[in-house]
Amino acid sequence: MSKHEIALEVNGRPVSATVDPNMSLLELLRTEAGGLEVKLGCGEGVCGTCTVLLDGEPVNSCLTFAVQVDGRAVTTVRGLAAEGELHPLQEAFLTHAGSQCGFCTPGMLLTAKWYLDRHPRADREELRSALSGNFCRCTGYTKILDAIEAYRDARQEVSVVD
Amino acid sequence: MYSAPFEYVRASSWPEAVDLLEGGGEDARVIAGGQSLVPMMMLRLAAPSLLVDVSAAADRSVDLVDAELVLSALVRHADIEHSEVVRGSCPMLTEAVTHIGNVRVRHRGTIGGSLAHGEPTAELATVAVAEGATVTVLGPGGERAIPAGDLFVTHFTTSLEPGEVVTAVRFPVPGGRRGSSFQEIARRAGDFALVEAAATVALDEDDRCLSVRLVVGAVSDRPVDVSQAARPLIGERIGEDAVGEVARAVAAEIEVGPHTHAGREYRRRLVSVLAGRALLTAADRAAGAVHTDHGNGARA
Repeated sequence: MSKHEIALEVNGRPVSATVDPNMSLLELLRTEAGGLEVKLGCGEGVCGTCTVLLDGEPVNSCLTFAVQVDGRAVTTVRGLAAEGELHPLQEAFLTHAGSQCGFCTPGMLLTAKWYLDRHPRADREELRSALSGNFCRCTGYTKILDAIEAYRDARQEVSVVD
Repeated sequence: MYSAPFEYVRASSWPEAVDLLEGGGEDARVIAGGQSLVPMMMLRLAAPSLLVDVSAAADRSVDLVDAELVLSALVRHADIEHSEVVRGSCPMLTEAVTHIGNVRVRHRGTIGGSLAHGEPTAELATVAVAEGATVTVLGPGGERAIPAGDLFVTHFTTSLEPGEVVTAVRFPVPGGRRGSSFQEIARRAGDFALVEAAATVALDEDDRCLSVRLVVGAVSDRPVDVSQAARPLIGERIGEDAVGEVARAVAAEIEVGPHTHAGREYRRRLVSVLAGRALLTAADRAAGAVHTDHGNGARA
C-alpha cells in the first residue's frame, strides 16, 4: 500500500498526516487529529454516530477514507462552539435531557444543526425524517426532538428581535 | 473496521479514469461517493486492489437539453432531492431518492455509482428502467449508450465491460399529460426495500390512457419491467378496478426471490398493493398535470 500525504482542516485547525489508503476519516480524526468526540458505532454507515460535517455537509466518517478528504474542511461536534463553551443546541439537549449515555449525541447535534441551518422552520415530522439515520438506544427520541425544537424556536425568537 | 489494503489514485477526467482502470487490472474499482462499495469493503465482501477516485473527473451537472434530463454520473442523491430542474422534468427521481439511505448517504452517494453497483434494491435502478433512461459509459473502446433496461444483469452484475465507467445518465422528458409515481416499503426508514413499484402514465385529452409503464424493484435480481401486464389499461380511463386486476396479475406472475426478513407470499402481496398504488397515483397526477413543456407530473 502506498502512503499518501494529506492536509485538511479540522474545526478550523490545519491537520496534516501520512496515511494508508484504507485509513478511515473516523480513525484519522480520533488518532491524528485528537478528535475523540467522534464515535465509532456500526461502521457501516447506518447508525449516524460517526457523523461529521465535510465542507458543511453531513457524512459518515466511517465510510469515508481519509485520503479522500485531502484539502477539505471537517467539523466535529467540538467545532460547534468555542473551547469550554456550549452551543445553544447543546444547552437545549441538557435542558430537555436529550442525552442519556451520550454516545449518539455528537451525530445528533451535528445533523440537527446542519438541517436547521438549511430549514430553519422545519417541523417535528421533517426533523424526524432528517434524523431517521441517527440511532439512539436510550432516549426513545422524544427528548431529542423536544430539545431540537426548543433550539429551533429560540433561534427564531432571536432572529425576530434582530 | 478495516478494509483489505488497496492502492488509491485520483482521476481528473473520465478518459484518465478509463486509463487508470485499464492499468489497474481486473480488481480495480471506481469510487465516487463510496456509500455502497465502502461498506462492502469494510465487511470484506469486496477487496479491490485499486480504487480510482472519480469525484473530481467532472462537474455534478444537471442539464435539460432537447427534451432530455442529462445528469452527470457524479450527481449526488442530495443534488437530485433539491434540484428544481429534476423535480420539474423527472419528478419520479425526486420522489425516489428520499428513500435512499439517510442524509449522510445521500450527500455522498452518486447516481452513476448506484447504477454501476447493480444492487437489486437500488431505487435509482428501478427509476432508470421505468423512465427509460440511457446510461452513457466511456471505456477503452470509446463511448457507448446502454438503455437502463439492458444494464442490469443480476445481483451486483451489470453489462459494463472491464475498464468502462458511467459518465452520465439521460432521462427522456416527454411533454403532455403525464404522471409518475414511485412506491416503496422497507422495514424502517433508509433500510433496503422489500418491494418497490414505479409507474408512469400518459393520458389523452379525454383522460384515456395513451401509454403506461410499470417496473417492480427489489423482488428479483434486477428491476423487472412488467409494462406488458399493464397494457389492458391503454385506451381506457384508469380506475381502481382495472388497476387492481393488473396489479394482481403482476403479483401472481412475477418471480419473487427469497428474503431473510419477509416471506415470499407477503412480498407478493406487497407487489400487488404497491403496483396498484403506483399506477393509480401516476394516473391521478397525469390527470391533474398542467400542460407543460417538461411533462411535470407532480401536483402543486
